[in-house]
Amino acid sequence: MAAQQVRLNTVASNLANVMAISGNAETVYKPIKPVFETQYSNMQGNSGIATVDTVGIEASNAPPEKRFEPNHPLADKDGYIYAPPIDQNAEMVDMLETSRQYQNNIEVLSTAKTLMLKTISVGK
Amino acid sequence: MNAIDKFLKQDGTALSLRQKRLDILGSNIANAATPHFKARDIDFASAFKSATGGGDLTTTSALHIDVGGSTDTTEVKYRVPVSPSLDGNTVELHVEQLQFAENATHYEATLQFLNGRIQTLRSALKGE
Repeated sequence: MAAQQVRLNTVASNLANVMAISGNAETVYKPIKPVFETQYSNMQGNSGIATVDTVGIEASNAPPEKRFEPNHPLADKDGYIYAPPIDQNAEMVDMLETSRQYQNNIEVLSTAKTLMLKTISVGK
Repeated sequence: MNAIDKFLKQDGTALSLRQKRLDILGSNIANAATPHFKARDIDFASAFKSATGGGDLTTTSALHIDVGGSTDTTEVKYRVPVSPSLDGNTVELHVEQLQFAENATHYEATLQFLNGRIQTLRSALKGE
């Protein structure tokens, strides 16, 4: 769930910076994506029990969107402005998927909790 | 004591296997977005058979040593996906959700069986 939370945060960050226009290609906002990795439980060898962890957040290398807008106050000397290469639709899809998977994890957790509580009261 | 143990053992084994499967399916759901993660599962029927009766080995004499009884050696297999995703992840949420729900229901059923057995024992002890 922490990993999904990180993913949701990166999506929020990307969406917030959609309009973050810059006057030069180097300083423009780069979209970020989390890197997920499976963390196997080391309690029992090959048990298949695993969780997920964010091992890092990568900034995208995609070139920024170059637009010719000479009247823009941030335009460089050739009249270009640079917008971050963020696909809003893709980010929205990512957000929905993340929230679904987060919900799924909560559901698993609550089911497991209910079962454990029932197990505790066995024989009563 | 041995008789009581035998009386309850089957449900105990089933319960611990169900618990194990619950953990594995939970892991699959947690890793639904991890690239290259392969969904895993256990075949409950065969795992239960090998945990209770030693699989194909049967004891034909009272002197034979019973080989069954452990759920630690259960074989965890890989799921064959219906439509694998491009990032190498084989978790399909609908499949996992279904299996998880099924497993949770069976877990509860096993608990009820166990409860029933315990009630039986109790009434036998009380002799009312």
